[in-house]
Amino acid sequence: MKSEQQYIELYQEASDLIKRKSCEVMNAVRDEAFQQFMSIGFPTRKAERYRYTDVATAFAPNYGISLAPLDVKPSLYIYTIKDAPIDVAPYYHKIADAHDPITALNAALVHDALLIHVPKNTLVEDPIVVDNWLRGTSPTMMNRRILIIMESGAEATIIINDREGQGARGEEQARLLTTQVIEVYCHDNARLDLYEIEDTTPLCSRFSNVYIHEGRDCSVKHNSITLFNGQTRNLCDVYLRGENSEVTLNGCAIGSGSQHIDNNTFIRHEVPHCTSNELYKYVVDGQSVGAFAGKILVEKDAQKTTSQETNANLCASSDARMYTQPMLEIYADDVKCAHGSTVGVMDETALFYMRQRGIPEAEARSLLKNAFMGQVIDQIKYEPLRQKLYVKVEKRFRGELEKCDDCRLCK
Amino acid sequence: MSESNSFVRSLTEKKYEFGFTTDVHTEIIDKGLNEDVIRLISEKKREPDWLLQFRLESYRYWLTQTQPAWGHVHLPEIDYQAISYYADPTVKKGQGSKGQEIDPELMKTFDKLGIPLEERLALSGTAVDAVMDSVSVKTTFKEKLSEKGIIFCSISEAVKNHPDLVKQYLGSVVPPKDNYFAALNSAVFSDGSFVYIPKNTRCPMELSTYFRINARNTGQFERTLIVCDEGSYVSYLEGCTAPMRDENQLHAAIVEIVVMDNAEVKYSTVQNWYPGDAEGRGGVLNLVTKRGDLRGVNSKLSWTQVETGSAITWKYPSCVLRGDNSQAEFYSVAVTNNHQEADTGTKMIHLGKNTRSTIISKGISAGHSQNSYRGLVRVGKHADGARNYSSCDSLLLGSQCGAHTFPYMDIHNNTATVEHEATTSKINEEQLFYCNQRGISTEEAVGLIVNGYAKDVINKLPMEFAVEAQKLLSVSLEGTVG
Amino acid sequence: MLEIKNLHAKVGDKEILKGINLTIRDGEIHALMGTNGAGKSTLSNVIVGNPAYEVTEGSIVFNGQDLLAMNTEERAHAGIFMSFQAPIEIPGVSMTNFMRSAVNARREALGKEPLKSTDFLKVMREKRKLVEIDPKLMNRSVNEGFSGGERKRNEIFQMAMLEPTFCILDETDSGLDVDALRIVAEGFNKLRTPETSAIVITHYQRLLDYIRPDFVHVLIDGQIVKTGTAELAQQIEEQGFEAYL
Repeated sequence: MKSEQQYIELYQEASDLIKRKSCEVMNAVRDEAFQQFMSIGFPTRKAERYRYTDVATAFAPNYGISLAPLDVKPSLYIYTIKDAPIDVAPYYHKIADAHDPITALNAALVHDALLIHVPKNTLVEDPIVVDNWLRGTSPTMMNRRILIIMESGAEATIIINDREGQGARGEEQARLLTTQVIEVYCHDNARLDLYEIEDTTPLCSRFSNVYIHEGRDCSVKHNSITLFNGQTRNLCDVYLRGENSEVTLNGCAIGSGSQHIDNNTFIRHEVPHCTSNELYKYVVDGQSVGAFAGKILVEKDAQKTTSQETNANLCASSDARMYTQPMLEIYADDVKCAHGSTVGVMDETALFYMRQRGIPEAEARSLLKNAFMGQVIDQIKYEPLRQKLYVKVEKRFRGELEKCDDCRLCK
Repeated sequence: MSESNSFVRSLTEKKYEFGFTTDVHTEIIDKGLNEDVIRLISEKKREPDWLLQFRLESYRYWLTQTQPAWGHVHLPEIDYQAISYYADPTVKKGQGSKGQEIDPELMKTFDKLGIPLEERLALSGTAVDAVMDSVSVKTTFKEKLSEKGIIFCSISEAVKNHPDLVKQYLGSVVPPKDNYFAALNSAVFSDGSFVYIPKNTRCPMELSTYFRINARNTGQFERTLIVCDEGSYVSYLEGCTAPMRDENQLHAAIVEIVVMDNAEVKYSTVQNWYPGDAEGRGGVLNLVTKRGDLRGVNSKLSWTQVETGSAITWKYPSCVLRGDNSQAEFYSVAVTNNHQEADTGTKMIHLGKNTRSTIISKGISAGHSQNSYRGLVRVGKHADGARNYSSCDSLLLGSQCGAHTFPYMDIHNNTATVEHEATTSKINEEQLFYCNQRGISTEEAVGLIVNGYAKDVINKLPMEFAVEAQKLLSVSLEGTVG
Repeated sequence: MLEIKNLHAKVGDKEILKGINLTIRDGEIHALMGTNGAGKSTLSNVIVGNPAYEVTEGSIVFNGQDLLAMNTEERAHAGIFMSFQAPIEIPGVSMTNFMRSAVNARREALGKEPLKSTDFLKVMREKRKLVEIDPKLMNRSVNEGFSGGERKRNEIFQMAMLEPTFCILDETDSGLDVDALRIVAEGFNKLRTPETSAIVITHYQRLLDYIRPDFVHVLIDGQIVKTGTAELAQQIEEQGFEAYL
């Protein structure tokens, strides 16, 4: 209980201030969440869902906590939680796993929350974009909270960007720690494409927990793209609670240097006739570490479930490490479930073919890596984003992303 | 699968044909576990002091540990003081010392189990070490094998006659501190087999050990050690049964295998411990640590297991691929029915260059059982060119059971190729229908389909065992459909 | 143009080439015939520098350069092109991207500016017509879902794009019907300049009717056992290799 102590003290000192800056619905769960965090503390690597990320060490440095209010431009569908057009008490901190230490800590410390509410039978044509700018000159902890409520028949595309903020030139940058909890409620027949794109710096640590509830006839696609980062641990839990719904979880992770990317997903089929698809791909280079754990749980009554999980990884350097753990836990008999996982090397024959055509080896490798990731990017439905990501992924493999501080293309 | 045309019915009258008990005088030491008990076991076996110290150190370590709670099984609280740690059915009544002749009851028991102890009746080309409770009853063909320099005897005998070999290898693959049950076994292990194949020798017979638990409230702590020296080959078979009893019986074994340069070991198990009754009462708790150390270059080890018995199975026959170009295989069929729980799989630890491993696992769940595959493939930093292929399929026969797959892959080398695939599905109704249409009953069709499903693994077993295993699969599933 | 002296090479532990001597001058076409496993494909792979093959002895000099000291792409930049016997699929890499990378890499090696996108696409269009390749194929991944004939045609198309001076056609005729064979062979002939030389590996006279060889070599068990003119191919087609075994 060393790393925990400073957060416990922080809460004891600052909880009144946080509560003043916050609102009733968030304060209602705050003390209990804090108690929960106190009792469980940070998970050790023996905890099954935290095997691959050392949480206590990530939280050990002394961070100042950011209590800046959210900067929300008034627009349809997007609100700060204080201005919510509906009663959010039945939603806030309800589907989130209160026993998860990151979620508990977030609920205790977070002072403001974003609400995206799409009313009944509303089709939002343009994507709703949330930008998180990460930059700071002193070590800072940011706690983020997003609540997404898709009413029955609603349809929307939401893009959440974690990006490197623009600071003054020559400013020395400090470490930044982000916790994020997103709760998504899809009522019957809702459709949601949710993209999370991380393109930050090696100084950023990110702990994100996403919880998705689906009613019947829903369709949710969640894409998690880690282009550039420091240390990232993403969790995504999906609860399929209405028949005939589907969920797609896709992910793309590119690691180099000493980056750390850990994705942990859990799809729970609670009712019959649902479909889940999952595709996560990693390319790990340098001394980076990639980890993927994905569990599909099919409950006893969830007959006629179809589920396919695929995790494919390329280890591109001798010091990179990859951990993968696809899991099936099945209690219903009339199901079709499969998972596949590979860790491999680049196709030498393809490499040779390209070199025979005169393509230099480094470029051939980058083309192949690009093609490997293309399979995930191909599935992005929102065309402008897809095109942008093709370019970004390509640049990333060419090593250009690290340098493109002022490149407008990336914005 | 709706209930109306359900293929599946909870199995109530399942037959366990090895459930009889043998009425033979058995010397059983008092229940409970402490240092005195360990000294007593060691004394009864007339062991040298180093082995007693090995046991005591293991025991002291065990005391500091707690029973592991992981795994997808509900391991009951085991009262380690309610178990007797030594039961010897070979001691003649009133004599307190061993008779020269084997009690005819014991001979009859093994006959009934299909394991004749007279060499003239032996299955062709198989030498047997028969172990009941804590003691080896008889080892056949010892003399014939010794002509080639092959040592095949009970481990107790090996401690007496080949102390240097035992001392050199015992605990070198599974150290006493490996895990909770390994520590317990190292403290109290009773009998098991010892095999040593000298250099450049192809063992001319299948070696086989048959384990039988008979006495009530005893635990069996089998210890097997196989050393296959350079350029040699051996195929080893293990079978096990136990009587039907209402209480759980504990079987905590350790099997250690050492494979040297260019040597090959095949280890096959048909595990048919008493699985408990239809309500989940009784049955053997099968908590086993099995591991092979492929120390030599070009060494080979293959584990084949057919697991149909035990109330709870918790075992992961593993391979440490240390030698360059070494190859390891794991083939498993695990059938669970009624309230059985199995959490089984393997670990493939690739350390040497160009090492290869293959994992084929077939799980079949019926009744209210839970069947899990759990496996680890680790490729170390220096294991250039390592390759693994894993395939884990689960078949569900009923809506009350569960099938789970928990593979772990830790890859620390960029020249490794690791592939894992798994599927879970119910038995194919079109196949059943096709069989039905050809006049085959549903129950028989399930047997056919399941055997076909498990064929890849069964085919890896030596002939006699394969036939046994096929029968066992049908018996284990009898009554699951109707 | 190309001079091979006492070339020995192995794959794994197996020695395949056992002392090849071959000189090819500018503009010459050499046909290479021989039984399966004689070493024809090994020779071509060694010339283009496939890392799976190991040269144990001998030398290859290409236009005065020591070929064996160059890596695969450097050899390609020097003007060596191989039409593969079984061109591989590269899922996810589009033909256009692939060709642009190849063309510009060679231009860079030759000290030329990379082609602008519009110019590049124009060249693509021209060359495509030359080998009568379906423009739809250009939007697909390299060789993915191509029929056997389409793959071979695609090889010749790439040759057109890269304008090599030395070509190896490794069983380019296998699996092609007469029409496809004609298109591929005529494509090759159109692309030839008076300086272009080639090694044509084939089992059949048919291809050599379109691409007339100046010399025909019989390769048996890693060595050239007989060299003759175009008539030798005719003779082998009729009598087989028995005489040389």
